[in-house]
Amino acid sequence: MALLTIRNLTVRFATSTGSFTAVDGIDLHVDKGEVLAVVGESGSGKSVSMLAAMGLLPDTAMVSADEMTFDGKDLLRMSPKERRKIIGREITMIFQEPIASLNPSFTTGYQIEEVLRYNAGLSKKAARARALELFKQVGIPDPEEKLKSYPHQMSGGQCQRVMIAMAIATGPRLLIADEPTTALDVTIQKQILDLLMELQEKTGMGLILITHDMGVVAETADRVQVQYKGKKMEEADVLSLFEAPKHPYTRALLSALPENATGDRLPTVASFFEGEVK
Amino acid sequence: MSVVVEGKNIIRDYHVPGSLTRAAKVVRAVKGISFSVERGKTLAIVGESGSGKSTLARIIALIDQSSGGELKIEGKPIDIAKEKPTREMRSKVQMVFQNPYGSLNPRQKIGDVLMEPLELNTDIPAAERRRRAEEMLVKVGLPAEHFNRYPHMFSGGQRQRIAIARALMLKPTLLVLDEPVSALDLSVQAQVLNLLRDLQEEFNLAYVFISHDLSVVRYIADDVLVMNKGEAVEQGSREELFANPKHPYTRELFAATPITDVEAIRERVARRKALRAAAI
Repeated sequence: MALLTIRNLTVRFATSTGSFTAVDGIDLHVDKGEVLAVVGESGSGKSVSMLAAMGLLPDTAMVSADEMTFDGKDLLRMSPKERRKIIGREITMIFQEPIASLNPSFTTGYQIEEVLRYNAGLSKKAARARALELFKQVGIPDPEEKLKSYPHQMSGGQCQRVMIAMAIATGPRLLIADEPTTALDVTIQKQILDLLMELQEKTGMGLILITHDMGVVAETADRVQVQYKGKKMEEADVLSLFEAPKHPYTRALLSALPENATGDRLPTVASFFEGEVK
Repeated sequence: MSVVVEGKNIIRDYHVPGSLTRAAKVVRAVKGISFSVERGKTLAIVGESGSGKSTLARIIALIDQSSGGELKIEGKPIDIAKEKPTREMRSKVQMVFQNPYGSLNPRQKIGDVLMEPLELNTDIPAAERRRRAEEMLVKVGLPAEHFNRYPHMFSGGQRQRIAIARALMLKPTLLVLDEPVSALDLSVQAQVLNLLRDLQEEFNLAYVFISHDLSVVRYIADDVLVMNKGEAVEQGSREELFANPKHPYTRELFAATPITDVEAIRERVARRKALRAAAI
């Protein structure tokens, strides 16, 4: 059962030298309870396509699509007011830079209570209690104290946990995580990925994980979509993708992993496109 | 084999000044580390943020002073806290930084970036400086015509090539590379790693390679030093360390590094299927 369906999405940006196509006819769908990984290098349009679905792109972006539906509801033609009922409540998002995603002038407790009051409609008192519960759920040590802390007093991993707590506060049905662990150390990355997977399995929400890291894909995804320069290269379940990648670009990406180095030199994507490597 | 750089019990303290409510304190960022690198070899220093690996790199590159211990470059002891290193000493050790967007001056043409070290440290005439800069551009895989371009006209991978070229202008024997590929895309990372290998072979360079990525380390290193909270928890040859990590922290690092092994994926997928079946 499809939760989010996007067909033929194109995003163009008007620039001084003409229009630039960041996303070029992308199809994407994610089912209930499914973990979809969208993989690509910088410029592949993986973040932009998700921001387009969330309606978070600036006015200079021209978004067009044949279809963009969430749980059967048409996201393209609904009013901004209706859309706000879905975005931030049923679909939530976390970003790459956890410390920059939080407002430095307010305590983390204030910021999560704000989400709970405006998006979940809780009273001030109920929001406070629920915030504490959520902090405990995402494994923030010493949660009572941390609710009174400012973002700069916490580590990157802890800030990402706060972001995750805010993102699951409304009990969303789809969570979009845009490079959630790229700025974090490997041991912290593991903890955050484990937490996301645990929450996903417990709540049964859909999860779209945007990443450039094939290792992260291997450890989390059910299905994988590979993008390059705004176009979809390949889509497959995670096992077939790693076992038998079909598209040359996917093969190039996998063989460029240092752990897959066979000789002295690493095959590069460029050499792949020139046909040097089979 | 000649040893290019040797450190004995290197220490670095940072003094954190006190305030009205807080007493001043001393943080020991590097707690007595010893190492040596031979010509043509690579020592990788692995650790997470706060492990002191970049502090150590800056000490080796003669940018920061150490608070204790002994550093020798090509057998000569050097302590920049006590005396200014000679130009000759400076040109032996060069550094490449992590962020190629921040390490090049946006108002300086690439040619000037490459010629500046020669201008400051040598008496080589202008025409020869230019010739060497163009030659170095070609060596790192960029056309010599890019001489008059500005940094913003280059991609991240190309900028890192320029930063490497700049570091090589003075014909150093040791290159300190602080996370040189972690800001780059996977495919570009592979190109830069290949380039570093070629250059090492051509110039017989010693590398001190700082990284947090074990798969990159496995590819490039001869010896590995694992740092945690300022201490060297484990050091040894790459083969030894990857085959049989001894220290619990090293094992933790290995366990946390995602693997792309097909069997592991098969197991995980089966586990998730079973879990979902149980839920229904």
